[in-house]
Amino acid sequence: MLDTFVIPLLQIAVLVNALLVTVTFLVLMERKVMGWAQARLGPMRVGPYGILQAIVDPIKLILKEDITPANADRFVFTLAPIMSLVPALVVFSVIPFGPEQPYYIADINVGLLFIISVTSIGVYGIILGGWSSNSKYPLLASLRASAQLISYEIAVVMTLVSVVLTAGTLNMIGIVEAQREAGLWFAFVQPVACVLVFIGGLAETNRLPFDLPEAETELTGGFHTEYSGMRFSLFFLAEYANIIVISAIVALMFFGGWMRPFPNVEALAFLDLIPGWVWFCGKIFFFLYLFVWIRATFPRYRYDQLMAIGWKVLIPIAIGNLVLTGIAKVVL
Amino acid sequence: MGLIDHRFSDNFITTNLDQVLNWARQSSLWPMGFGLACCAIEMIATSTSRYDIARFGAEVFRASPRQADLMIVAGTVTKKMAPVLRRLYDQMPEPKWVISMGSCSNAGGPFPTYSVLQGVDKIVPVDVYVSGCPPRPEALLYGLMRLQDKIRKENTVLRRERVIMAGQTEPIMVEDRG
Repeated sequence: MLDTFVIPLLQIAVLVNALLVTVTFLVLMERKVMGWAQARLGPMRVGPYGILQAIVDPIKLILKEDITPANADRFVFTLAPIMSLVPALVVFSVIPFGPEQPYYIADINVGLLFIISVTSIGVYGIILGGWSSNSKYPLLASLRASAQLISYEIAVVMTLVSVVLTAGTLNMIGIVEAQREAGLWFAFVQPVACVLVFIGGLAETNRLPFDLPEAETELTGGFHTEYSGMRFSLFFLAEYANIIVISAIVALMFFGGWMRPFPNVEALAFLDLIPGWVWFCGKIFFFLYLFVWIRATFPRYRYDQLMAIGWKVLIPIAIGNLVLTGIAKVVL
Repeated sequence: MGLIDHRFSDNFITTNLDQVLNWARQSSLWPMGFGLACCAIEMIATSTSRYDIARFGAEVFRASPRQADLMIVAGTVTKKMAPVLRRLYDQMPEPKWVISMGSCSNAGGPFPTYSVLQGVDKIVPVDVYVSGCPPRPEALLYGLMRLQDKIRKENTVLRRERVIMAGQTEPIMVEDRG
């Protein structure tokens, strides 16, 4: 009873709350870092250095009027934001913050497969949201989004397969343990795969330079044009929760998860004084910063360029990497 | 918000709740990305690094009126544009505010002609008028701060009782009775 219900529920409560608070502060971080990148200050008026902006925005969004357009499909219109947020939160059930029990909710032997399949469900939220709005621009945006997410999903999954070949397991804890046994982060074993997964992750979370489903200059706001108030902020939450998911996957599969840097070098053993989950959160934070940094730096791709990169560059490289990994696995 | 609007009389909880709501609303005014004429260039300049409207938490220019709180009418409103502007205002969710920026949208400006609307307040309720032709970014920031002052005085959950005083014809708020 205690082990099957109470403790997992407590873990889920802690994790979901931590995640949602992280998302609100991630939005603040994005606004501050974008400001600094453009030689501005960013939000400054609410609390010291604008730190309470992360609390003010959600309060305001909850209090806004919730509009459903007259010709929208009411049921699907309500369902879509939920469908895009829930998968992003569910994925965290198999992401381990450490090797022992209190640090993960579920340890299943096909963890990576679970993550890939559940994050794919999130696309439905975007497609249904654009379709049920019964409006031109959201429909166009959701068509773009589905084409983009499916194209990049192929490249990302192909790349992850080569990492699975290297590690010899689909279990997330097993993949990190394989890096401990190899004495090397997989970022050094599979550098091409690491870059590819990160680029694919940018595209799958609709972030710049691949934010075509939300292109403001072309589509007035993308698939969530007709959404206001709390339902809009659910889409917002889903997008940022997905960013955290991608960062966590990259940190786990390529940067050793909860392990300190250079896990085989004895001279650095003092770094183990810092607990594993702090290392893991630090690595996630680094990639979150990278997402914001890229947004502040790159312009948006044109739609044909986006498709060309996905199909003519990323997928061939992913297949080549997979074949090379297989050969190396057999020969070595 | 319909559940708690203007339902409660003045007490410790409602006054403090009102303060929190007003604080949240005034600090997170997302404007609509909507410019009509040369004032729009000054509006854009307000979000650049020298003036930085982001300090007030108001740099999130939303492309969709459904997600905006504040409409900055920046420029000449022609009679052809007026119905569009009114529709955009109607599409914004409550609570919403309007800043009229520049002489043209305040009162027609230098265009007393058949084709120009003589003041945007003929079609939408304006909260703050910013004068200038075009106003400098500092003036727009000042207008934004005055709007924040106005939001700070709003009542959301407090019941607003209207009474007709002896010798008067128009109803007034209970708070104004003194």
